[in-house]
Amino acid sequence: MLRAILSDVHANLEALEACLAHARSKGATGYAFLGDLVGYGADASAVVERVMQLAAEGAVALKGNHDAAIEKRDSYFNHDAHASLDWAAKTLSDTQKRFLASLPLVAETKPACFVHASVRAPAKWTYVDSPGAAESCTKAAIAAVTFCGHVHDQKLYFGKPSGHMTAFTPVPGVNIPVRGQRRWVAIVGSVGQPRDRNPAAAYALFDDETREVTFYRVPYDHLAAARKVREAGLPGSLAWRIEAGI
Amino acid sequence: MPTLIAPGEAIDGYTVGARLHEGGNGYIFHASADPAHDPGYPLVMKVPGVGAGEPTLGVVSFEIESTILPRLSSRHVPRVAAVGTDPMLPYIVMEAIEGEGLADVIGRAPLPASEVADIGAALADALFDVHRQNVVHHDLKPENFILRDGDAVLLDFGLARHAELPDLIEEDRGLLGAGSAAYVSPEQLAGVRGDPRSDLFGLGILLYQLATGTTPFGEPETFEGLEDRRWRVPAPPRAIVPGIPAWLQEVILLCLEPDPLQRYPSAGHVAFDLRHPGEVKLTARSERTESAGLGEQLRNWWQAKGARAVPVAPRTALSRMPVVVVAIDTDRIDDPRHEALRRVVGKVLEANDDYRLLVVSAIKAAPMGEGSRLEETASGRVLSHRHLLRAWFAPLKRPPEKTSLHVVESPDPAVTILEMARANSADLIVLGAPAPRARTLAWRRSTASSVAAEAACSVYLVRLPGTSTPPDPAAEPA
Repeated sequence: MLRAILSDVHANLEALEACLAHARSKGATGYAFLGDLVGYGADASAVVERVMQLAAEGAVALKGNHDAAIEKRDSYFNHDAHASLDWAAKTLSDTQKRFLASLPLVAETKPACFVHASVRAPAKWTYVDSPGAAESCTKAAIAAVTFCGHVHDQKLYFGKPSGHMTAFTPVPGVNIPVRGQRRWVAIVGSVGQPRDRNPAAAYALFDDETREVTFYRVPYDHLAAARKVREAGLPGSLAWRIEAGI
Repeated sequence: MPTLIAPGEAIDGYTVGARLHEGGNGYIFHASADPAHDPGYPLVMKVPGVGAGEPTLGVVSFEIESTILPRLSSRHVPRVAAVGTDPMLPYIVMEAIEGEGLADVIGRAPLPASEVADIGAALADALFDVHRQNVVHHDLKPENFILRDGDAVLLDFGLARHAELPDLIEEDRGLLGAGSAAYVSPEQLAGVRGDPRSDLFGLGILLYQLATGTTPFGEPETFEGLEDRRWRVPAPPRAIVPGIPAWLQEVILLCLEPDPLQRYPSAGHVAFDLRHPGEVKLTARSERTESAGLGEQLRNWWQAKGARAVPVAPRTALSRMPVVVVAIDTDRIDDPRHEALRRVVGKVLEANDDYRLLVVSAIKAAPMGEGSRLEETASGRVLSHRHLLRAWFAPLKRPPEKTSLHVVESPDPAVTILEMARANSADLIVLGAPAPRARTLAWRRSTASSVAAEAACSVYLVRLPGTSTPPDPAAEPA
């Protein structure tokens, strides 16, 4: 099955729909959402509704730290995140909140494992942002290939014969076989809030038969998404981040 | 036998035949396909060795080859019919290449210069094609080239580096400098992978072997023994075979420069020089007939301490050193488009780091029965058109060694231009196009539209602004 792997949508409906349409055009028939459906953006309710519908049709959906914060807020969120989570909590229905609360942290399938942060202690929301972090993440997984979100930049870590991992920055649109006896950790990037100064939405496709992963960047109407953030009365810096991709 | 597949077994529609070859990078078997999988060409199956006694590199290099080879689209590499996706049962089913192995050709070396140039140009074409698809081979040796119908086919991509894929060898210290001892480049020894000029060093060693029958640095068996190629100037080929022409020595030694920045910028440039010996710019390299003295070797050794390769993705680097073919219609010396063509070509050359320019005039074949005056003979006609080409080129004020002038007698200029572009792996063809009205009047396609439709590279068509009527509507469209 060709599966679209989408993470850190962050209540950005325009980016989500653009990625879903792109994935359909590439022949995707399955979906995995690696968490953080809410926070930052203006469309928490519409995004959660869309993912609930896809989850009912069999999509994998996992919990991220922003989703968990709807139920119980930790203190580490910054002012902007607090403001957007307060607003999300007001706009989400009880059904939608129950859906977010019900989401698991990790999904092991064959041949891939999915998680928002790291498979090692997933509820601690540690960032897989170095070869060392990728190594401890994959060691906790059963499958040879692990897909993560949480870190907003696309990256592919792969194991060397010694067991240590190396980082590779993928080129969008180039399919990469993740085969062999080695282990792989793919950070799929953020759909709704990319931070590499490129506003295009990020996601990845994974073919679990040929075991190939392809990272993509999808340009979408990010100015409309930013406008909605301003119109909702959320902090202007959140709109600006979507506009500039930072 | 430490493989997971044995003769007689069938897997995914392919039946394994007799074993053909075993080497460091895997085992090769004859293979046949059932009708549903038959790609229509003869097949072999390659599998990695497994278990005790098999090197780790064998498994890694098999993984690399099965990732890179299927992405290459070229008559210079074997076609891939299938790649096993089960990690427990890896295999590649690929085209069996029939032809003469380069190792056998080298067995007959030293060869005459013209034959070295023909074979060398074919090897360079193959490399250039692979480099333009963002891949550096990193394991050139006679066993990895097969000559087929005048073309070279490059085998075994087990140490190759693709600029857009994770490098499974890089940063693995145990595998640094992997490659065949006699052919490995200095920067590869330092662990720098991905510079296409590393392959030019290997190509230089193959050319050296073809011309002299020996390798310039021997076949060292220790890492220290390999290191001296970082600074040592090899014995000049003319010291071994005195009859080698200066231009061939220049080409070979330029490939073997220890610093990649001092070598040819691309394999396309090597092929170009081997095909146009008269255009090779000769330097002191071409003059040497003795090995370097102790003083020079010491100086090189000292300087080599700081030399470093800076790999850029091959496709990116090569895109800034185009091969440009420009067609000039010298039958119409007053054509105002000649100036416009010169302006366009000037801008293209200016915008790039390096280039090769081929200026072509396709003239009508000489009439039957030669006249008595020189300009009426075939050679006289070619000569006078050559003067016209030189006059077209001169105002560009560009160094002559990057440019070659070609006058070709041809019944069909489009075919000639396309053939010239194909043979030189051109990136761009520039030619004049007839004005719009002339095209609608023409009862057949113009040269410009034939070239634009059939070229494998980019084509710039140059028209003069504001001309809707051709200078001479009765003439054949240019």
